[in-house]
Amino acid sequence: MATDPHSKDSFNWKQFLNSFGPLLGLLLVIGLFSLSAELRPTFFTGGNAKLILTQTVIVATGALGMTLIIVSGGIDLSAGSLVALSSVVAATLLLQDWSPASALILTVLAGGCIGAINGTIIAGFRMVPFIVTLGMMGIARGTAKWLAGNKTVNPEENALNGIMEPIAPQNLWPLPMGVWITIALAIVMIFVMKYSVFGRYVFAIGSNEDTARLCGIRVRTNKIMIYTLAGLFFGLAGVMQYSRLTQGDPTVAIGLELEIIAAVVIGGASLSGGSGSITGTMLGALIMGVLKSGSSQMNWPTYMQEIIIGIVIILAVGLDKWRQGKQS
Amino acid sequence: MTTTPTKRLKMEGVRKRFGATHALRGVSFEVGPSEVHTLIGENGAGKSTLMKILSGVHKPDEGSILLDGSPFNPSNPHHARMCGIAMIYQELNLAPDLSVMENITLGDEPSALGWRRISEQKARATEALQQLEHEQLPLDIPVNRLSIAEQQVVEIARALIGKPKVLIMDEPTSSLTQVDVQNLFRVINLLKASGVSVVYISHFLEECQTISDRYTVLRDGESVGTGDMKKADIQDIIHQMVGREMKDIYPRKEHSVGKPALEVKGLRGRIKPRSASFRLRKGEIYGVAGLVGAGRTETLRACFGLDRVDSGRVLVMERESTHSTPTKRLAQGMGLLSENRKEEGLLLNRDLADNLTLTKFGSFSKFGFIPRKKQLEAAEHWIDKLKVKTRSAKQTIGELSGGNQQKIAIGRLLHHEADIFLLDEPTRGIDIGSKAQIYSLICELAKQGKAILFVSSYLPELLGICDTIGVMCRGEIKASRPASEWSEHELISVAVGQTSDTPESQAIDTTES
Repeated sequence: MATDPHSKDSFNWKQFLNSFGPLLGLLLVIGLFSLSAELRPTFFTGGNAKLILTQTVIVATGALGMTLIIVSGGIDLSAGSLVALSSVVAATLLLQDWSPASALILTVLAGGCIGAINGTIIAGFRMVPFIVTLGMMGIARGTAKWLAGNKTVNPEENALNGIMEPIAPQNLWPLPMGVWITIALAIVMIFVMKYSVFGRYVFAIGSNEDTARLCGIRVRTNKIMIYTLAGLFFGLAGVMQYSRLTQGDPTVAIGLELEIIAAVVIGGASLSGGSGSITGTMLGALIMGVLKSGSSQMNWPTYMQEIIIGIVIILAVGLDKWRQGKQS
Repeated sequence: MTTTPTKRLKMEGVRKRFGATHALRGVSFEVGPSEVHTLIGENGAGKSTLMKILSGVHKPDEGSILLDGSPFNPSNPHHARMCGIAMIYQELNLAPDLSVMENITLGDEPSALGWRRISEQKARATEALQQLEHEQLPLDIPVNRLSIAEQQVVEIARALIGKPKVLIMDEPTSSLTQVDVQNLFRVINLLKASGVSVVYISHFLEECQTISDRYTVLRDGESVGTGDMKKADIQDIIHQMVGREMKDIYPRKEHSVGKPALEVKGLRGRIKPRSASFRLRKGEIYGVAGLVGAGRTETLRACFGLDRVDSGRVLVMERESTHSTPTKRLAQGMGLLSENRKEEGLLLNRDLADNLTLTKFGSFSKFGFIPRKKQLEAAEHWIDKLKVKTRSAKQTIGELSGGNQQKIAIGRLLHHEADIFLLDEPTRGIDIGSKAQIYSLICELAKQGKAILFVSSYLPELLGICDTIGVMCRGEIKASRPASEWSEHELISVAVGQTSDTPESQAIDTTES
């Protein structure tokens, strides 16, 4: 969450960066691509914007859940596997003639269940989230392959396929359903994080768990809720993943958890907990989306994209560190 | 003042500015060889800036520093150390998982071609401990298994490895008990005898008088007085520190006690307490004295439901309520102030408003959401009432001084409208002005009929404001009497477990487990 610029007397770089750092990052990235004359005509079109948004949606939805977890001082490495598992669950349900609506709901709930298991183990046995979710990463991936019989699951044409389908690909409007869903959820989460009691507890736990306990916050219950809620988001991201490929693929989204974590971190969250914001995270996800799209349109090889994104992550965290150093 | 030609350390007219704030506006003082020199001043008087200049963290804007007669301008902390300035910080700087030996030689390991030479490492560590007459400390156990007092000895031993000329100690006794303090003084006297100069910073004036030869008082970044510590009058020093008359910082007791608010009978936790019993009544300030490791904090934690209760009974407002959780205790109107402000008491990177209202978000919330405006209004009310020095309720609490942080931590209990206050070392490490304010606040609360359990290692304050004092020793409350029937000497005797023992004969308390 961006801290409010409270001192009005002088212009303060660090507070400016606090509030606008990720936004500036996004503008900078777009600005850099606009320098290329050959890219300009294709890059700044409604169709391209739509493409970037559609490609970013899965990471962004997952990052909504991951922001909760990281702000509370945790981490979830099982997110990518969970997205794959959910895409398989959705496809399997559809194949077995469940209606698209119930398949959607059941898949999201399945994600929530796995999140609840993560949360219960982490909070109940006071185990390190890194280890628990590392284990769950394998379990979810394995379950996905098992459920899918080690191949892709291809249901018939149905309404869920349309969530990510770009109608009129040349124009910005209409945006796919999935983009609207993510935007709506992000707005809800901004309010939850900033103004709800639960949201404040998430920050309190991430900032200092002992203090939270001392102040009567039910740390265990809240942690289970955090991981469960995040699981719901991962499940939804899985449905979107299914819709994008129109098939359930147990080998998809490998390493997606790292992209999700990167989006949260670029957005200004600290891995030690206690700070971070939904707006920052969304901008972080967009920065990565724009970078990917831009570099592929420049015909840069994928390894260049990987190197660039790696550099951006380190720069973002370095900037954050510098900013915090100025504060104290 | 007589000036001998060979001063170990001499500072003259040292000034330092940070932006618009003058941290130091002219500090001068001198320390001779084998001298213990106390620096006295309220928080914010410039002590820590001065120390940072000496230890090479900051450079002075003006003024001169002479070390053994030659100019001393350290470019960084390492350089200062090489020149013979060693520093012991209030918060100990040890690697908790490394052994005593490894900690003592840390950063200066004897080695050959990059490989440690363990026998020499051992010899050096042993030598340093012998110099402090603590050779009984085992070299091979991790320091986190030692008591705080022992860890401090390890830290001093580490400083000795560099053969320092001046040893700076910042609030070394703030987390020690009376017996440990005596032991530390023995160590300081040994250092003194071997020619080391000690610059000693402390809030405990009585203590300074025992250990120091001379003193310098700092106020608002200036040295305002200096003299012979043994001959000085404490009231005079306080007067110089605060720049105003401070007749009696302990307010008058005008409260009367009522019905029992918290009764504890034979309370036993996992390790400590072993069998604690006491009765705290409404309108009463009940002090708990004792050594570090006696089980005072553990008793509070067990009462508050933070730690498990194995046996015994707890009655809250005359109702049986032994097993509990912090959530339930807060609902019963009980509040705990942690002795560990930074690690447990506060959300250091959150703002004042969140910290103040954390236990009672629910009271503003509508459908689970908190109206920020109301939260800020409530926060501002307490900031105003407790005279917290801050820019706004939105300021990050980590940026405030210790005294102001503590006021916010107490403010949280006030905002919670607690009836039973469990206060664990509420005045530790804060300046005398804030202390006086906290004392009068506590008395005010007692007058309103609140029940206050007050744990402290500083006996004068216990004797000053409590109605009743219980002394804890080895997990039990050994004796409980009206404060007027206690003397400092008796409190210490009971705390160390036997009346015949003088504090000096007791070694540092080794906490088991």
